Amino acid sequence: MGYTIYDKLWNEHLIRSYDDGDSLIYIDRHFLHEVTSPQAFEGLKKKSLKPWRINANIATPDHNVPTTRDNKFSIESIEDNISKLQVVELDKNCNDFGIKQFNINSNNQGIVHVIGPELGLTLPGMSIVCGDSHTSTHGAFGCLAMGIGTSEVEHVLATQSLKVRKLKNMRINFEGSIQEGVSSKDIILYLIRTIGTAGGTGYAVEFAGSYIRNISMEARMTICNMSIEAGAKVGLVSVDDKTIEYVKKHSSLESNLINDAIKKWKNLTTDKEAMFDKEIDIDVSKINPQVSWGTSPEMVIDFNEKIPSSSIFSAEKRKSLDLAKNYMGLSDNQELSDLDFDKVFIGSCTNSRIEDLREAAEVLKGQKVSENIQEAIVVPGSGMVKEQAEKEGIHKIFIDAGFQWRAPGCSMCLGMNPDQLSPYERCASTSNRNFEGRQGNLGRTHLMSPKMAALTAINGRIVKEI
Amino acid sequence: MKDFIEGIVAPIDRDNIDTDQIIPTEYLKSIKKFGYEDYLFDGWRYKDQGRLGMKKGERKINHEFILNNSPYDESKVLLTRDNFGCGSSREHAVWALRDFGIEVVLASSFGDIFYNNCFKNGVLPLKLKKTEIEKLFSLSTDSPVSISVNIKDKVILFKDKLSIDFDLDNNLAERIIYGLDEIDITLKDSELIKKFEEHRKENNPWIFE
Repeated sequence: MGYTIYDKLWNEHLIRSYDDGDSLIYIDRHFLHEVTSPQAFEGLKKKSLKPWRINANIATPDHNVPTTRDNKFSIESIEDNISKLQVVELDKNCNDFGIKQFNINSNNQGIVHVIGPELGLTLPGMSIVCGDSHTSTHGAFGCLAMGIGTSEVEHVLATQSLKVRKLKNMRINFEGSIQEGVSSKDIILYLIRTIGTAGGTGYAVEFAGSYIRNISMEARMTICNMSIEAGAKVGLVSVDDKTIEYVKKHSSLESNLINDAIKKWKNLTTDKEAMFDKEIDIDVSKINPQVSWGTSPEMVIDFNEKIPSSSIFSAEKRKSLDLAKNYMGLSDNQELSDLDFDKVFIGSCTNSRIEDLREAAEVLKGQKVSENIQEAIVVPGSGMVKEQAEKEGIHKIFIDAGFQWRAPGCSMCLGMNPDQLSPYERCASTSNRNFEGRQGNLGRTHLMSPKMAALTAINGRIVKEI
Repeated sequence: MKDFIEGIVAPIDRDNIDTDQIIPTEYLKSIKKFGYEDYLFDGWRYKDQGRLGMKKGERKINHEFILNNSPYDESKVLLTRDNFGCGSSREHAVWALRDFGIEVVLASSFGDIFYNNCFKNGVLPLKLKKTEIEKLFSLSTDSPVSISVNIKDKVILFKDKLSIDFDLDNNLAERIIYGLDEIDITLKDSELIKKFEEHRKENNPWIFE
């Protein structure tokens, strides 16, 4: 009998099992941000408890931070008083408890799921939690990583452990080579479209196959990031040379220590004989660029397809399709390419890494954003991504094309800061959720890859051919 | 102790209701654990855009939305379909349901993180079969009905018209019935955690750098 990588990680972190089927697992790394932590810190203070292991915790403000800030910016400069309070509170809590924080002025500040790996804080084999559902991103490094609620944030702070039930094992085998113009974002959107937003519920999903082995760590992160949109709170990739190479480059560990670690990390793969509760094979060579048309990440079609006609679906499905069309201002059989776009957003924990920016910049070189687009913004995922892009001159390509080059944060993915859609505005977005109101009250989100977003910026519409 | 809940069923006939719908991002700016009742289903409940701190009385009410109408404004049971609570991990979604007065959510499936969050806040999410959900919709759609949920006996009753047995692990049932503090319970295993931690540090020192 063999073990899956999820089984191995589970066994490695299991402190104890309870009679009722729950288990207590040890938490190696805890990322915190300003939105889901204040109530947890308050609970800790009320119980007169301290964080169990201070240096397991790393914090950064990302959701509320304005992206128009410069070097002189301070917390006091946040105009929205309610947003400001949350950032102040994180600062205070980190100072009170001695938790390491990359604050709003730090060069290392950024979206928590972008900075973790690039600062070497995410290491293979770790159990990682954060009060944020996109924590699954870190699974790309062979980590047991998942999003948790605020009560659990408090529990992890207080006990360095989490009470959970073991998930079932699923493997998605992505085989083949992708077509020109297709990226990891298209692959994960295609998967969600295929298995639905509840397809992975109750499972830890391992992404495998020749496609996964061939792609970069950045692309793997994009795929693991959106496993939650397929219902799976844990998404994983087995460790290989690419994982180790990335970690070596980004880690500040001493070479002796890292060499010992590598020996262990190499075992973080699924055994040949391992059994999965569910396995799905997908041929990636047939996948076209994907674009979401509706209000759920499973409402996705090929970029050159028509909006699906409701009549071909069951009565139960038809209702949600009609509600989505109504919200999105669409009718049956309309072409995606007929829609006029108002805004373009390139960013979020899904697509704000250097590779994503390069992909978009390549398309934008020598081009101009369409006059019909009111605002096009690029929000790098972190200070390091921003710096790297500026070193490569990518920022110039964006700026010359008519994009705004912003400072790092979650930004318009969820619009907690001033970056939002106005009612009925249509947005080409590289983020992860197209829920009603996600980017702003009554805003209309179409999810796509950085390349497709850049093309949409130039044309003002979704292109018919690529 | 809470082992019996009786209340009016509010049917919301939609699947994939995500936590952004249960409570929009704007209200996640609060640093408090309570006070979310006026923001539950904000995008559907009101015709205007709200801000954190605004009260129901200051808003343009959408009277077509079920929870705005009597007697559903006092519902304790929410009836919905597949994959309720998918999306963001925000526990604020459960706080909003709880603060509004919802004590039970009936659905054919739930988002994993939302499901866990419910039990930390005394809200009972019950997974029922699709046929049972359908039956409950047909009973409760035309006129208001009040059902009872007996958590100890694990049965839902509506007069003599309906009796649905449900599955619920005993430990989860106890969390709702007794509202236990999980941190206190886990800390009873402090020694075990410490030992585990020492062992882990010995074998994986790089994690503790």
